[in-house]
Amino acid sequence: MSLISIRDLVVEYDGRHVLDGLNLDIESGETMVLLGGSGSGKSTLLRQIIGLERPKSGRVVVKGTDITRCSPGELMRFRRSVGVAFQSAALFNSLTVEENVALPLREHTALAPSIIDLVVWMKLVVLGLADFGKLLPQELSGGMKKRAAVARALALDPEILVFDEPSAGLDPIVAAELDELILLLKQAFQMTVIVVTHELPSAFRIADRIAMLYQGKFLAVGTKEEVSKSKDPHIRQFLDRIPDNITQAAAVSAYFKQYLQNREETS
Amino acid sequence: MATPLEGVGKRALDRLDYVGNLNIQLWATLRAIGSALPIIGNRYRWKETVRQILQIGVDALPMVGLMAICSGIILAMQGASELRRFGALHYVIDLVSVGFTRELGPLLTAIAVSGRSGSAFAAEIGTMKVTEEIDALKVMAFEPIEFILAPKYLAALIAVPCLSIVSNACGILAGGGFMFFSTHLGLGLYLKYALDSIVARDVISGLIKSVAFATIIAHVGCLEGFRVRGGPDAVGRSTTSAVVTSTFLVIVADAVFTAIFYFTGKP
Repeated sequence: MSLISIRDLVVEYDGRHVLDGLNLDIESGETMVLLGGSGSGKSTLLRQIIGLERPKSGRVVVKGTDITRCSPGELMRFRRSVGVAFQSAALFNSLTVEENVALPLREHTALAPSIIDLVVWMKLVVLGLADFGKLLPQELSGGMKKRAAVARALALDPEILVFDEPSAGLDPIVAAELDELILLLKQAFQMTVIVVTHELPSAFRIADRIAMLYQGKFLAVGTKEEVSKSKDPHIRQFLDRIPDNITQAAAVSAYFKQYLQNREETS
Repeated sequence: MATPLEGVGKRALDRLDYVGNLNIQLWATLRAIGSALPIIGNRYRWKETVRQILQIGVDALPMVGLMAICSGIILAMQGASELRRFGALHYVIDLVSVGFTRELGPLLTAIAVSGRSGSAFAAEIGTMKVTEEIDALKVMAFEPIEFILAPKYLAALIAVPCLSIVSNACGILAGGGFMFFSTHLGLGLYLKYALDSIVARDVISGLIKSVAFATIIAHVGCLEGFRVRGGPDAVGRSTTSAVVTSTFLVIVADAVFTAIFYFTGKP
């Protein structure tokens, strides 16, 4: 039985179908990448998977519990088994990095403060932030903020780790470091990892399977090889980075060439 | 295109929706407020409550005190200019004492707190929404109402009545200063007359109003923050709206309470 099972999921905003009857199974211990362009519905799907929104219809079943219909108590229990690293890191600005990581431990466990300090230090060491625990989030670089967010997401040793656009706004080197970190975490902690991204190198580096979203529907769900060999025109357009209206792009390019030629002639 | 009547109907429905949301939020907070209490509640929420009491109450003392002193002198001078003509200058003492205890003390305090803390609540929660911190709280299995709103509301319930008492004292003392310089009435004698003119129900009605004002300011400020959608400009709009709406509702509530006390034979 799959760890996460999504069935006939429909999400509507103002009468517009954002997710249109999605079906997906995510197995325990795999890294599933939700790939798609802007507005394809991947972040909306992620919000459904972590129980932040309720769908118009359909089910999201995690370990046998339908989180779209469960009681608030069951939802809280489910959320304690999920760690989420948000796109903007979403660290609490009034708390230091250490305090951010300690927050879920302090509130949801009966651990002694000294043990919490030790656990926080261990998480920060794994993420390479041991020397930065006393800093406030605004004193960190973009990459360090993301790593701090991962440290906080790992605080309660979740079964499922979720990343929303982990590479967004990072330079290629830091983004690649984060990809390696995701691989390392998965190997070390045997977690199920779900990543939402539109960064192709990142997706193909970390994924076990890729689910490609387009206009609220899955175009393909499969291994990296299966997706990269797909002949679907929308998948090919995304993977080969082809602009939406190539004729228009060519016309604009020709116009600018002509304009520059004219300028050279007049000068 | 919508007709003017449809426009009026839509605005009326929007207002009803707003009031409904305020009520839902109020009941949810009352259910969660136990967690912010000392000893029986969560100690971190109580620590946050104390921090909020210092911000709402102690930090506002100079501003509220100065506003009350100026208003006390103004009320005494305006009253004296009329009462002097009837040889009833000593009634200035009653006017200032009763006027401040029943009305001006709580109202001036509410306006100051609305401008300082109501706007701060909206800005803080609005920013947390924009930066996904509210979502982060939810996925870490925290209830935002309990985590954010309960400490703020409890702090306002404690700080605003205390500030009102300080405001009453400053206003009455300012009236005493005026009487000393205009009629050479000693401060000790002035205070004796002032205390004679105030009865317990004056103080109680003022405190009841203060509690109602604190409820309005805390809940309007927080609701405006939770309603933020979009970017930083939305946070700015919510801050303005928090101050305008809470000041308006405080004055409406003041009129309602004054009418109730008047028609039920109380002050």
